[in-house]
Amino acid sequence: MNSGSQRSASDVPTLKARGSATETDPHIQVRNLNAFYGKVQALANVNLEIPKRQITVIMGPSGCGKSTLLKTFNRFLELTDGTKILGEVLVDGQDIYAKGIDETEVRKRVGLLAQRPSPLPMSIYDNVAYGMHVHRMKRSRQEYKDAVRHYLEIAGLWDEVRKRMHDPATSLSIGQQQRLCLARGLAVEPEIILGDEPTSSLDPISSLNIESRLLDLKRVYTTVIVTHTLRQAKRLADYVIYMYLGEVIEAGPAHEVFSHPKHERTKAYLEGLV
Amino acid sequence: MEEQQGTEPASFAGAEGRQDNRPSALARLRADRNARRSFSVVTLLPLFLIAVITIALIIRSWPVLGVKPLNETVFGPAWKPQDGLFGFWPFVAGTGWVTVVGMGLAIVPCVLVSLYLSEYARAATRAMAKPILDLLAAIPPVVYGVWGLLTVVPFVEDVLGPFAKRWLGAIPVFAVNQPTGFSILAGGIVLAVMVAPLIIAVLYEILDTVPEELRHASLAVGATRWQTIRGVVIPKVLPGMIAGIVLGASRALGETIAVLMVVGNVVQVPTSIFDAAYPLPALIANNYGDMMSIPLYDAALLGGALVLLVVILIFNILSTLVLQRLLGRQWT
Amino acid sequence: MRRGRWERRHVAEALVKAMMYASVALVAGSLALILFTVVLRGLPALSWEMVSKPPEGGYYMGKGGGVLNAIIGSLLLASGGTLAALIFGLPIALYLETYLGDSPWGRYVRLSLDVLWGIPSIVYGAFGFTLMLAIGLRASLLAGIIVLALLELPIMVRAMDEVIRRMPVDLEQAALALGSTKLEVAMRIVTRQMMPGIITAILLAFGRGIGDAASVLFTSGYTDRITTSLLRPTASLPLAVFFQLASPFPEVQKRGYASALILTVIVLVISLGSRWISGRVSRYTVK
Repeated sequence: MNSGSQRSASDVPTLKARGSATETDPHIQVRNLNAFYGKVQALANVNLEIPKRQITVIMGPSGCGKSTLLKTFNRFLELTDGTKILGEVLVDGQDIYAKGIDETEVRKRVGLLAQRPSPLPMSIYDNVAYGMHVHRMKRSRQEYKDAVRHYLEIAGLWDEVRKRMHDPATSLSIGQQQRLCLARGLAVEPEIILGDEPTSSLDPISSLNIESRLLDLKRVYTTVIVTHTLRQAKRLADYVIYMYLGEVIEAGPAHEVFSHPKHERTKAYLEGLV
Repeated sequence: MEEQQGTEPASFAGAEGRQDNRPSALARLRADRNARRSFSVVTLLPLFLIAVITIALIIRSWPVLGVKPLNETVFGPAWKPQDGLFGFWPFVAGTGWVTVVGMGLAIVPCVLVSLYLSEYARAATRAMAKPILDLLAAIPPVVYGVWGLLTVVPFVEDVLGPFAKRWLGAIPVFAVNQPTGFSILAGGIVLAVMVAPLIIAVLYEILDTVPEELRHASLAVGATRWQTIRGVVIPKVLPGMIAGIVLGASRALGETIAVLMVVGNVVQVPTSIFDAAYPLPALIANNYGDMMSIPLYDAALLGGALVLLVVILIFNILSTLVLQRLLGRQWT
Repeated sequence: MRRGRWERRHVAEALVKAMMYASVALVAGSLALILFTVVLRGLPALSWEMVSKPPEGGYYMGKGGGVLNAIIGSLLLASGGTLAALIFGLPIALYLETYLGDSPWGRYVRLSLDVLWGIPSIVYGAFGFTLMLAIGLRASLLAGIIVLALLELPIMVRAMDEVIRRMPVDLEQAALALGSTKLEVAMRIVTRQMMPGIITAILLAFGRGIGDAASVLFTSGYTDRITTSLLRPTASLPLAVFFQLASPFPEVQKRGYASALILTVIVLVISLGSRWISGRVSRYTVK
């Protein structure tokens, strides 16, 4: 087993062929997505594509709908009372809002790292193993133990917790908790990682730590991050989506959008915050 | 917040020489102080009351409970006041049976309803639930008794009794030993409905303390709602849920009128839920009229009230302590 | 691989949800059944005579009269008890929030209030009885009022405390910043802001008091006459129901059902009325 965290991402043993034919097919396709909180429209006619195995950053001023859009990707938006979602969100060509789709399976394939780390009220070990038990993914105690270690290594937390696996997860620092949540989310073998401002509760060092994890992981996972920090967007993004008032204003490869934005609004945003 | 001593207010237009009728600053502060003193005395009232009630009952029941040994009173099987025998055991047993049956019937539905309201229901549904629960809680006990008489007792007699006789006859605790429906089971059913609003309300409050993020953390890895409830929500609040149920039990123990009207009031130690029983509160309520006519009868009955009070206090204090801690004291 | 809805965990959830729906139906259905039964059996015997006359001679054997004695008795008992509880209860609730807040002493007071809340009415009745013997008071309206006041006090204070605790802190601090003393804040601002909640608390306690039988059993006695004096026994609706149901005559039993219906209607009116009133009075409150 590798002890360092840099190499482990490339030998995740459980990845299989994911169904889509080529690397250049978009992983997520959004078609005519409209979302409402009651009568208030939060997303308007969103059409976009999220590329595979890259880090996509959704940015925009507060209230523009970035978190709302993110939450449509793992069917979390419907957890809020009174929301309405119209349109299609296709993951590998399958509309996750189609009738008969099991939303818990969607959430297994599309993981979410929340803004504030929320460790489950159990030990560090049990936190990481939780999702695997939910889906009964392993067959023996030893397999679970190996997997927990593996994902803690990927998240860069193993060395810090190896001696206290059965301590309560709340005894970790906030930066460690967020890495724990990352390990927990990865343990169910998603294809896509969503991050809803995943570093905004953290101190700068922990933030950078998480960022470097995400950069590592993009070799294997498609990542979509919402951020309100332009600097973070520039550090992480391969692909950028700029939103304003519920609409997608511009979307494209990071180097293009940052240096030659096509829309006035995008330009204004980039200038206003740099 | 100490009272100013007279030099300060001078700079605020003087203590006495004011043109308008508004009280001076000094007077207002004095009023504040007086109020604080008298109000603080008033807050001693609740503690004082508990002490007074307990002591009064102890004093009045001393001739029986204090003088005779416990195994002749609380655990004594013979109740013959005429002969000076005050064995409470049939009544204690009756109370126990009715409460256990009532709680047994109530726990699962109440837990399920509170879980439903907390984990599955939409805000609109919850809003509808509140008036229903409030109404159930507001119905006077005697009306529950009337309902028990009109609906539950016949139900036990005509439906449940024959059913048990036919299918469960071999099990002693379900044996049907009497023809009428005035039984522990009837009392338990009525009790279950009476304590349900309380238990549901407390359990819901407890469940409400679990932060939504925790549920989201579980759902985000693809758990179902029920898996989340079992794996995350309930483990987090289990002590509180138990405390809420114990609180419900303490309420059930003390319910008098409704149970009295349906439970049969036969002095016996029950052996089956279809037997009639005579719970302690019913004993006190039914015989208060004769209290002064037989020697020591009043001491015995008040002793019964004391026993009831002590048991309920224990249940109540324990559960309240747990709930206060978990809810930061907020609960209805 | 997305459509498998028959995994064990989904089946388990479906089962639990079904049980939940059944439980909800059980609880809601019980309410419906109770109200339905009381109306169904009580309505036929309900008449104008029932609510406008006290029992006449032979009432308990089926002759004429009504339960006006019990209606008035209950209203007097509950009003008196609620008023007495309010006189002590409102200061306690205000003091708790204004001065005690979350201090240890405040916690003890709240704990004792919760304990008092849990004491069953039969114990209050028994205690009331010992009190009556001690001070030489006979079974009377006054004794009933005292015991009901004791019974209602914790209910009222708890409900008020709930409401007062939710007082927006900024409101209080704004008043304090303008130079009010804590007393003034309590009397002028807290009471006005919390008026809807306070009214609800009062009506809640009233509803509990008017419906209780076990406490007035010992202390207020019973009479067929309409109460005129504090020191004479008084009738009450719960006891009226109880005694009528105990009669061997079916006509009297039916009138017992009607009395139960009257009591239920009164309590429902109070319960619904308190919602309406607090809605009206909230015009001046800060949301």
